[in-house]
Amino acid sequence: MNTLKRSDISIGMVLLKLRTVIALVFLTVIFTILLQTGRGINFLHPLNLITIAKHVAITGILAIGMTFVIITGGIDLSVGSIVGLTGMIAGGLIHEGLVLNVFGITIYFHVLVIMLICLILGTLLGTVNGLLITKLNVAPFIGTLGIMYIARGFANIRSGGATFPNLQGKAELGNTGFPILGAGRILGLPLSIWIMIVLLGITLYVSKKTPLGRHIYAIGGNRRAAELSGVQVGRTTTLVYMFSGFCSAIVGLIIASQLVAAHPATGESYEMNAIAAAVLGGTSLSGGIGTVGGTIVGAFVIGVLSDGLVMLGVSQFWQNVIKGFVIIAAVVFDQMQQKMNARSTEVKDKKSRKEDVA
Amino acid sequence: MEEKKEAEKEVLLRAENIRKVYPGTTALKGVDFNVYKGKVNVLVGENGAGKSTLMKILSGVETPTSGKIILGGQEFTHFTPKTATEQGIGIIYQELNLFPNMNVAENIFLGKEIESKPGWIDHKQQEDKARELLMKLEQDIDPKVLVQSLKVGQQQIVEIAKALSEDVSILIMDEPTSALSKTEVDVLFQIIDELKSNGVSIIYISHRLEELIQIGDFITVLRDGALITEKPMEEVNLQWIVSSMVGGDSSKIFHSGQRSIGEAVLKVEDLFLQGSAEEPLLDGVSLELNRGEVLGIYGLLGAGRSELLESVMGIHENAGGRIFLDDEELGEPDIKDRIKKGIALVPEDRQREGLVQTMSVSHNMTLAGLWRIVQSKFHIGSRKESENVNSMFQGMSIKAAGPEVLITSLSGGNQQKVVFGKSLLTNPKVLLLDEPTRGIDVGAKGEIFNIMNDLAEKGLGIILVTSELKEIMAICDRVIVLSKGKVTGEFSKSEIDEDALVNASAIGHMTTSQRTVREQV
Repeated sequence: MNTLKRSDISIGMVLLKLRTVIALVFLTVIFTILLQTGRGINFLHPLNLITIAKHVAITGILAIGMTFVIITGGIDLSVGSIVGLTGMIAGGLIHEGLVLNVFGITIYFHVLVIMLICLILGTLLGTVNGLLITKLNVAPFIGTLGIMYIARGFANIRSGGATFPNLQGKAELGNTGFPILGAGRILGLPLSIWIMIVLLGITLYVSKKTPLGRHIYAIGGNRRAAELSGVQVGRTTTLVYMFSGFCSAIVGLIIASQLVAAHPATGESYEMNAIAAAVLGGTSLSGGIGTVGGTIVGAFVIGVLSDGLVMLGVSQFWQNVIKGFVIIAAVVFDQMQQKMNARSTEVKDKKSRKEDVA
Repeated sequence: MEEKKEAEKEVLLRAENIRKVYPGTTALKGVDFNVYKGKVNVLVGENGAGKSTLMKILSGVETPTSGKIILGGQEFTHFTPKTATEQGIGIIYQELNLFPNMNVAENIFLGKEIESKPGWIDHKQQEDKARELLMKLEQDIDPKVLVQSLKVGQQQIVEIAKALSEDVSILIMDEPTSALSKTEVDVLFQIIDELKSNGVSIIYISHRLEELIQIGDFITVLRDGALITEKPMEEVNLQWIVSSMVGGDSSKIFHSGQRSIGEAVLKVEDLFLQGSAEEPLLDGVSLELNRGEVLGIYGLLGAGRSELLESVMGIHENAGGRIFLDDEELGEPDIKDRIKKGIALVPEDRQREGLVQTMSVSHNMTLAGLWRIVQSKFHIGSRKESENVNSMFQGMSIKAAGPEVLITSLSGGNQQKVVFGKSLLTNPKVLLLDEPTRGIDVGAKGEIFNIMNDLAEKGLGIILVTSELKEIMAICDRVIVLSKGKVTGEFSKSEIDEDALVNASAIGHMTTSQRTVREQV
């Protein structure tokens, strides 16, 4: 009997909830029309879409890690620098090997070992972030800002600011194969996209169907209540930062492999893209709310927007301006949704009170 | 004679038919309230009776849903903090509202700074005036000292000075003595007398009933958001106040029969907990709880009741003493471990400690007991989860659109039932309840009590902390009284008696002078 009234509210609610998807569709349609009519380019050509998705994967993988961090009510500013540092470490190990002066020898590792080392390094840096925040009570913003500078510093120190080029490796050293990560394809899709898909699948499952996922949401929603419900807040929070560091290392490896070179400035301001994607996807910076699915849609919005603007010939500077407006619009819509939620709650509440009285 | 009495009863402010509806609960149900000029108007009622809400309306912090306020012949639908101040209404809140990082003078003149020229604070003049005010209150507090370095009692005095720094005709004091020592209370009463003789009307709220009789001129009783009665103080006594606050003998409703009480399930030995203060929060508390028993813990604010429950739950890592559950000693404080072993807590502050506001009803309910519904160690089975949640929905008749709605869409009482459900889904042997009926409707209170009864019958050991005597009398098989972190009394069901409980809860609350006299003896 109440369904009519409720549906009034929920149409608006559904539209608001799907706003990122709608924005994505809208942008795609606009760019398709503008590019077709203006420049005769088919925006929807599969090759073009794959290129966009490849770009999206970079932001998307970082943003998946970032989403969990933000859901716990934190922030991770160090991801871009970890991308840079892990890329440099991989590049250095392939290019120069590990020089042990004491023994006068140089060790060249297999690329898989090098990748493993980089993933461990990224995870370790995430661990440091987590411990700073949970054990030493450093504010997430400050702790990860510190690690951001430290990691970037070491990325530069590793090579004195120079680029490690030619990471194909040498057959005689047994360290070839690194570019496969960036150039390899399965079923026509680049590996980076597959990695994003796999990560998305795993994190969707973890967030929806495991106690760990519930605990992450609970910590962001009400840390104290979570603690009293037996959630190990410190351990879980640290784990989330570890995962973000791990994701950053993956991206560091992907980029170095795609470019077949490692440059110390790689990944600068990537943390902002990751945060923007999460926020566009509906993640609330106050914690407790957000989904990795939404975040990936958000990453696609950013990806389609920047690639579309590039193809239209819009300057880099204007791209930034437009991106800024889109992010602000997303947050404004977010506020609207919360207000609408509150209103529908009130309506329900009044209704239930009437029922109580009756 | 008659005429004189009439003249004495000049109503300065009259609140008429005030209603205040919050999402989920009606705090005030059409209350009338008179403030007599130059008198101490006492307002009493149990927790959640609506006293604080009414005062917030008079001071303009809250807007009434309906009703009107008549002050000096003028009629208002509501006040804002600004208009209330302009009308000469000052308030001293129950919780201290001072800024600890600012000094005394800055706090007193916050928002009404004295300026030497526009934009520049005249610190000298503020400090002089502050000193003057504090002198009037017979307190030697330096206006330049930071508030955080003052004792709580002194901070309360600063609050009063702040209220008096304005030209007040009505001064609201919400539990002004809860943090004061006896001597400080005496000073406060002198100040009140002085204010009265200057024609200031006082609205006085306190749980300390003896105080009310001593200082009050008129008394208004609220119960569950409704006005019960208003009388001159000389016509009433302590007994009358208690019975009109509590309301009849509703105490027999919940639990009349004898419960079948089993063997001991929880043993606490020599619990000790040091807080930031010099005196420990818990000082050698020992107790035993049996299966199927409801053990009440009574005590004044700061007696260590919540700390006792929290220590048993493993929240305080520095708690000393030994705790046994089914004769097995519990190890280091670890909340997760103790939940798994069978202890569950329904915390005092539902919003801050009980609920995750961003989650659904169902997710809130299973949060503490996820380990019981996981399959192959990490997978949350949907069917198992919804079975669990549904059993609680039915068992406690929770009113909600469904288990998937946001927890914040429920009324206070239903939210509390969800917190109960969360605890029960951990399959506890011992249930710790900290003020479980705070801030919920009467109807929901009754339901919560029925749930407690059922659980006790099923053999759970329950510890109930409450500051409402009615609840203690209604449901407890045994009561332990705490005062200043020590056990000061234990009463079996037949011995439970209001006076005895209140007296036991006051042990240790004597003034320094009394204490020195005693020590000399």
